[in-house]
This record gives sequence, structure tokens and C-alpha cells, in this order.
Amino acid sequence: MDVTERSPGTETEAAEAVTAVQEDADGRRPIIHTEGLTKTYGSKVAVSDLNLDIYPGEIFGLLGPNGAGKTTTTLMLLGLSEPASGKAWIDGKDCTREPIAVKRIVGYLPDNVGFYGDMTGRENLRFTGKLNGLREDVIEARIDELLERVGMTEAADQKTSTYSRGMRQRLGVADVLMKDPKVVIMDEPTLGIDPEGMRELMELIRQLAAQDGRTILISSHQLYQIQQICDRVGLFVEGKLVACGKIDDLARSMQQEGVSILETAAFPDDAGFRELLEKLGNVDSVERTGDFYVVRSRSDVKRELLRKSLDAGYTLSLIRQRENDLDEIYRRYFEEAGEEHEGGNGRKAKRFGIFGKNGQ
Amino acid sequence: MKAETAGKQSVSESSARTGSEARETGSRTGGASARSGLYALYRKEMADHLHSGRFLIVLALIVLTSYASLYGAVSSLSDAVTADSDFIFLKLFTLSGSTIPSFTTFIALLGPFVGLTLGFDAINSERSEGTLNRLISQPIYRDAVINGKFLAGATIIVVMVLSMGLFIGAVGILKTGIPPTAEEVGRAAVFLLFTAVYICFWLALSILFSVLCRHAATSAMLGIGLWIFFALFMSLVASIVAGALYPINDTATVGQVLDNYECQTMINRLSPYYLYSEAVSTIMDPSVRTTNLVLPQQLSGAISGYLSLGQSVLLVWPHMIGLVALSAVMFAGSYIGFMRREVRSR
Repeated sequence: MDVTERSPGTETEAAEAVTAVQEDADGRRPIIHTEGLTKTYGSKVAVSDLNLDIYPGEIFGLLGPNGAGKTTTTLMLLGLSEPASGKAWIDGKDCTREPIAVKRIVGYLPDNVGFYGDMTGRENLRFTGKLNGLREDVIEARIDELLERVGMTEAADQKTSTYSRGMRQRLGVADVLMKDPKVVIMDEPTLGIDPEGMRELMELIRQLAAQDGRTILISSHQLYQIQQICDRVGLFVEGKLVACGKIDDLARSMQQEGVSILETAAFPDDAGFRELLEKLGNVDSVERTGDFYVVRSRSDVKRELLRKSLDAGYTLSLIRQRENDLDEIYRRYFEEAGEEHEGGNGRKAKRFGIFGKNGQ
Repeated sequence: MKAETAGKQSVSESSARTGSEARETGSRTGGASARSGLYALYRKEMADHLHSGRFLIVLALIVLTSYASLYGAVSSLSDAVTADSDFIFLKLFTLSGSTIPSFTTFIALLGPFVGLTLGFDAINSERSEGTLNRLISQPIYRDAVINGKFLAGATIIVVMVLSMGLFIGAVGILKTGIPPTAEEVGRAAVFLLFTAVYICFWLALSILFSVLCRHAATSAMLGIGLWIFFALFMSLVASIVAGALYPINDTATVGQVLDNYECQTMINRLSPYYLYSEAVSTIMDPSVRTTNLVLPQQLSGAISGYLSLGQSVLLVWPHMIGLVALSAVMFAGSYIGFMRREVRSR
């Protein structure tokens, strides 16, 4: 197979071969692979030139604000939506041309999953099994096993119209697993679930990857939950994948770029203090947020700030270095896109796009 | 009561049959899986229809109207028989009582209601329940969803129509004591076939609306609106349009009157309601020799008598083709609409 011998740089060659899937440096072969995947609605670009590789057994988080193109991406991966250009493969199968083959190995848990309300949970699962063309004995055995696994055995024979949202979500996970998928795609799985349910769901997702070796793609805008379980994340803003990689790597590359964020406040709190902050060395921006200022700089300015404020007669009441975690990464990219999000308070990052797509 | 049990029996038979077939094809190979998806959908839809209260209401309505029209027909049967003693069995379907319309009239009016009830929320309820995207992310062809829903609805309709026919036939034989001739049975069968196709047209139409409209209420309104339009207002529109195109005044010639009438008939025949009514009155009345206008000189030398079944069928063949074509157009519309529609969460 000449495909396996290709180096990761030969994009154009790979695009010619229908099932071209490149190996990365470690010799792993991505199970989900997209090349220049683009989707437009009229003049609006929903997903723009997406190149993504996801490897078997991985939990990949697709993060982004609402309307960033996450759901559109998952729909294209399932062959439910046709890309304007570009291609996607799952396990070597073209998502647009062989949707049936793709859907046979990919389980999809939609956002706000619904069930037939006048059927019981068990009947709903049985129906899914039949749609997948499974044999009846396989179906019954799998239903029992999966209900046990998601903790729905007691409620299995109630009509699903009586289920709570958390129960529906758990039944949804069982429903996805009916076809024994290699890849599981979850759209906002954590939305509207209580903390205990969330913990169980996270545990379950981790099991699916670790024990069963399934590949999991989670799309979400709730980064805290996703941060806990994802091996890698991709950040989506306005249809573009602006950053992709392990969370640690993203944070480290942010530090390497020398972005330091300092929260500070002083007494007396007047315009002179702001001026002082702006005159510090290597400072990119100073913004007022509530009671304090946020100072972004390329180097550590704490020492300089202490000295200068003392000289100018200011008493520092707050000085705190902000951690470079996913939250901060998230904030930077999403605020640039002008998006509202939880905890957002209107700061603008001036230096945008310091991360390249530092891939795997 | 009899109709209900008969209906249920044959439905359970047919669903048992598809069940065993689904088992046989239940492997995970390509085509078989996609095909068994259609069977699974079909069975689910059938079960849904049979268990729904809506279906029971429709069935009760149909049984009641059948009974009422039969009662009216039987009460005025003796008068009609003294006037013309041929084809008594068919008169059970076509005779109207003093205040109660005939069975064929009832069905022409209420048939659309049955079709609309079975289909108006076929797709959009799946969408609003959030089950549609779960459904189409299963390894089935997308058309299987539409096909399964249409086939299940059509099966219900055929079963319902057949059991209605048998019910009326059985009661009629008991009541009159005269067994039907082979030709009468044939004519009744063609009538039932027409009825099934007619109701299936409305099913296809309501499925089309359920694809196009986001809300079940909107599609139901559209369906009911069209139903009332075709049943009540189409003839008004036809006469207005014909009057505008071929005006008739006091000095109109025969040619003008003919043109006006033909124009009116052509417009009326766009309505499935008119097509069905015309076809059924031809089939159920062997003395109807033509569906168009015939001048006296064209009839000169004709021997008055009944048409044979074959000739009657020949006369309404275009109507049958028209109804089937209309249904096919509606079905194709919903098919295309559904295939092109992007399915997102609710």
C-alpha cells in the first residue's frame, strides 16, 4: 500500500486517492479524517476548510460557541449533510458517498435526543436494533446488557414520555451502543444534566473509550466537563478550527508565546493607575473589568508593577496571575469571535491567533 | 363491530408475515440491513396506527357512516326495486335515504379525512419529537422512512376499505336475501379499489404537507383546507372560470354552450374529489354510458341497455390513471422534499 508510505505533508496526493488515510509520526492511522471540508449555506460559511484527524480510541472534544459549525461538522461526518467541498472519511469510508456503511459503524447521539413517547425504553431500543438489521437474539441480549450499563434497567418498561431529561440521555447512550459502533459522535451530551448525572455520563464515556476502544467525538460548548475527559480538543470559531491539540500543549504553547495575564487593582483607583499600567514594559493591553484591571503582556510584569506603583504612591490591593488553562484559551478565541459565553465579561484579546494548528 | 375485527385480523396477519421476513433477512450485510430497516419501520408504523386513539376514532366514524348510509339505502330499497329491479346489490352502495346520503357520497366526502388523519404529522412529528435525526442516523436509506410510512398508511387504508365493503355486502345480503351476481361483485371490487386509491392520494398529500410544514397543525390545516376546497368550492371556481372564458348569454349558440360545459368539466376533473365521484358513479351504475356530454344525434340508433363491467372500467380508466398519477406526484414531491431537507435537532 503506497498510502501508508506517504509522509504527512503530501496533501494533494492524498486527496486523489479515495480512501487515502495517512499515518502520523507514531504510525497511527486516523479513524476520522477530513480534508478541506467546507459547508456553506447561501453566502454564510458554516464550516470552512476543516482538516481534522482523529485516532482510534481517542476522546476528541469539538469545542466552540453556539453556531460555530460543530453540529454541521458532525452532520457531514454522518453523511446527513452534503459538504460544499472537501471530503471526510470514517474508517476508510467516504462519508458522502457511502453513508450507509458509515452509519453502520458510527453511533450518533443528537443534541436533545428524542424517543417515541408511546413506546417503552426497551421497545425503542428494540426498534433501533431492528433498523440496524440485527438478529432478534442479539437484540434482546444487547438491550439487557446496555440497560444495565447505563443504569436504566428499572425504568426500561416505562413509556419514554415519562422519562426525565437525564434518563432520556442515558437511554440515548444505550441507543447509540445498540449497533456496537466503532465511533460515537455526541452532540452536546452534557446539556441540561444534573451534576451527578454528568459525573456518571463522563464515567460512561471514559469507559467507552478505555474499555471498549471506541473513538468518541464530543461536540460541546461546556468546556469544564469536556476538559476532564478529552484526550484532545479542537476549538471552533465561526466555522474555522482555530486550535487543535492536547489541552496541556495548548496551554504550554500559550505560555511559550509569552502571554501573561495579570489581574490587579490599587488604591487610589484613578486614571493615573491605568496610565501606569499601560507604561509597563511589554504590555499589550489593559482593560478595566469591574473592580480590577486585566493586564496582558508578553513577559512577567509583577516586579515592575510593584516597584512603579509604590513609587507613584499607589497601594496595590490585588495582584493575581491568571492561569493558562482551557478556560483562558477558550475565552481568547471565542471573545475574538464576539461571542457571549458563561463568565464572559467583555475583555478583548488583541493578539489573536497565536496558535497555529499544531495538529496531533 | 364486524368491520373492526376483520380489519384487525388481517392487519395482524400481514404484520406477522413481515415480521418473519425481517427475521430471515436479519443479518448485517448491506442490502439486507437496509431492507430490513424498511420492514422494521413499516411494522412500527402499523403498530402505531393500530394503537393510536386517532385511528379508533376514524374507524368508529367510518363504521357509523357506513351503517347510517346502509340504513338509508335499505329503507328506500323497496321503492327503487319496484322502479328498476336490476343490480340490487349495487344499490346498497349508491342509494340514498330520504335524509341520509348514499355510501359513495359519504366516502367521497370522508375518505380525505381518513387519509389526512393517517398522514398529516408523519414527518413533522418525528422532527418535533427529536426522533427523526436519530432515525436517519441509523443505517437505512432515507427513503425508507417515507416509504415505510406511506406503505403502513396504505395498508391500513386498504384493510379499512375492504372491511367496509365486506361489512356492507354482508349486511346487504342478510337484509335483502338476494345474493349478488358475479358482475355486481366485480363492480363493488372496482369501487373499493378506486376508494383505496382515492384515500391513498390524500395520504400522499398529507405526507407531503408533513414534510413541507414544520408544525403538524399547519400541515393539518393545509390538508383540511384543500379537502374543503375540492369538495365544495372547486365546482364554483370551475363555473366562474368557464363563464369567463366561454361566456353564455341569451343568444348563445349550441357550440358556445358546449364549449362552456366542456371547459367546466375539464377544470372540475382537476379535483380528485370530482374524478373519484364521476368514476364511482359510472362504475356503480351500469346504465351510465358516458362521462362526457353526448348530443341526441350521436345517440341515434343506440340500443338502450346496460354496459358490461369491462366497458364501464374502460370508461373510467382515465380517472384511475389520473388518481394514481396525482398520488404519484404527491409522493414524489414528499420524497424530494424529504431527501433534500437537512435534518437538524428539533
